Amino acid sequence: MSVIATTGAATTRRATFRRLAVWLVSAAVLLILPQIFTSGLAVTVMNQMGIAIVFALSYNMMLGQGGMLSFGHAVYFGLGGFFAMHMIDWVDQQLFVFPIYLTPFMGGLFGLFMALVIGSFSTRRAGTVFAMISLGIGELVAALSLILVVFFGGEEGVSGDRTTGPGIFGFNFLQDIEVYYLIAVWVLVAVLFMYLFSRTPAGRMANAVRDNPERAEFVGYSQRTVRLISFCAAGFFAGIAGGLFAINYEILTEQNLNATTSGGVLLMAYIGGIGYFIGPIVGAVIFTLLQTVLSGYTDLWVLYVGLVFLATVLYVPTGLTGIMMMHVPAWRLGRLRSLVVPYLTMVIPVAMLFCGLVGLLEMFHYRNGAPTGEVEMTVFYVTVDFTSPLPWAVFTALTLAGGYLTRRLAPAVAASFQAATSYDAKGSSA
Amino acid sequence: MTEPAIRLRDLRKNFGRTEIIRGVDLEIGKGTRHAIIGPNGAGKSTLFHLISGKYEPSGGQIFLHGEDISGKLPFEINRQGLSRSFQVTNIFPRMSVFENVRCGMLWSAGYRYAFWRLVDQLRDLTEESERILEEIGLADRRDIPAGVLTYAEQRALEIGITIAGGADVIMLDEPTAGMSRSETDQAVELIRRISEGKTLVMVEHDMGVVFDLADKISVLVYGELIATDTPERIRGNKAVQEAYLGTAEEAEEMADA
Repeated sequence: MSVIATTGAATTRRATFRRLAVWLVSAAVLLILPQIFTSGLAVTVMNQMGIAIVFALSYNMMLGQGGMLSFGHAVYFGLGGFFAMHMIDWVDQQLFVFPIYLTPFMGGLFGLFMALVIGSFSTRRAGTVFAMISLGIGELVAALSLILVVFFGGEEGVSGDRTTGPGIFGFNFLQDIEVYYLIAVWVLVAVLFMYLFSRTPAGRMANAVRDNPERAEFVGYSQRTVRLISFCAAGFFAGIAGGLFAINYEILTEQNLNATTSGGVLLMAYIGGIGYFIGPIVGAVIFTLLQTVLSGYTDLWVLYVGLVFLATVLYVPTGLTGIMMMHVPAWRLGRLRSLVVPYLTMVIPVAMLFCGLVGLLEMFHYRNGAPTGEVEMTVFYVTVDFTSPLPWAVFTALTLAGGYLTRRLAPAVAASFQAATSYDAKGSSA
Repeated sequence: MTEPAIRLRDLRKNFGRTEIIRGVDLEIGKGTRHAIIGPNGAGKSTLFHLISGKYEPSGGQIFLHGEDISGKLPFEINRQGLSRSFQVTNIFPRMSVFENVRCGMLWSAGYRYAFWRLVDQLRDLTEESERILEEIGLADRRDIPAGVLTYAEQRALEIGITIAGGADVIMLDEPTAGMSRSETDQAVELIRRISEGKTLVMVEHDMGVVFDLADKISVLVYGELIATDTPERIRGNKAVQEAYLGTAEEAEEMADA
């Protein structure tokens, strides 16, 4: 018995150490990133990512952890942001002295307060009722933002100057890189606390209520209270993300709390994988990359994000993180290498399908919007004439052939995956 | 005489105009193992749902340790020391087996809605959960999702969650339903152990289990109690035998048990 106890304690210690290592490595990565990606654009993108990470994780406190599907989470992001923006303005007008780098916390408190007010009636039930209320509140607040001009600033929104408050360590956040480090610290702290929340009695019972609200009531918990606590926590961290947005962009408008933003955070969390704590982080990074980098290449980026989302819902409901996690057993069994060849055979057909489809979509889009007389466009660095049938034929052929080959090869790849992950495959009968 | 653990006074429940429970009076003494039997559709599960707060009574009163709990919500009743299991397995399928049990004891251990304490640091909870896993024979299943357990294992977990909070009144709704003979024997031993020194109320179809475990038996027929007595006297009770004539098999089983 004592032997078991000591090994148990050692295992716990090792797990604690490993967890600590993850946080330290994350902090180091955040510190080093701007040394690797030094361009102004990179810093802008990373700042946006940091904000998206906090926002998406706060969303998953409800969806993934608490089983509440919200279509209006941008409300708490936006309201927190507006409040932080006003704080920044008040400091600028010297109404009082407050360090700008702490305004996200005030944004968080405002988000928390609003979540408490709205959650007090919306968390009574999960499922459809909750989803519909969140949608209604989202529309309501978005409409209010054009009416309550004092707080929301009407159509031009509220803007300010982040550099006027007392600085820290000589930083006064004039440059984006200073804001990067500020956001990095906030991201680390917010992510840490969101993780810790999931390990508290309230966080564990959020999972329990998600799984089975009835049973939770029969072990002493009010499902409504459990949901309300998660909802408030989610509102708090969304407000922090909004506050970071206020510092980073120095402007908030109706766009930051409308249905598009609410939809965006849902996409981030889902594409990344709502079943894993790190899922929304992965989703936020990918989504921001698509949003910033891809939008530089094509107007159709929203369509592509939509297609990625559809593909996730249909084929990998566990998200990108789920795909990675699927490979953990193969990795443990040391069979990851056996998957390289099957996966490589898939690369060509999938690339064909992808190029064909994108080519067709882009040509179609360009043909509709092209100035008169203009017949040439660039797809994948190749200039094509969209009035001639040749490029259409090539892209159609690519799509069909790629699609056909993908379907043909998929079962074999699935079989190799099965073989690589099942314990009773040959060679490991022990 | 001491206050009974559960006392029902003229308890009634109707759904629309259909009366399911038609005036039940019953006292279940502290520390007894009490079984409720009756033909299908007699209202046994409804009676369970009324006592545990899943349904609200249409009339009458329910007392738990002398306190009126009629119309209270399930979590309020649970906090007063009554814990129940379900006929259809009712667990937290995506959480680990260990976490299922731990969730069962968080409230009663006093941690409530705490969001400032980390569960993994609550050593008392970890140890107690592991002890219960040992008891219900699921120690080697500790870290797998409860949803992938076999049926019999889920039934055991169902009992584990129910007893985790240390409630002194335990209600089990057909704990051996769908189990094989050997699984049933194990379940009976488990129920005997976990109900030691507690009040146990159970609904059960398996007459072997009932006559093996129960100190007292109540027979419910069409929403009314026709008898409450010791197993020996229930077996000899004319009214009970008549009520069971419709289901000859069970009557025979009862005579054999």
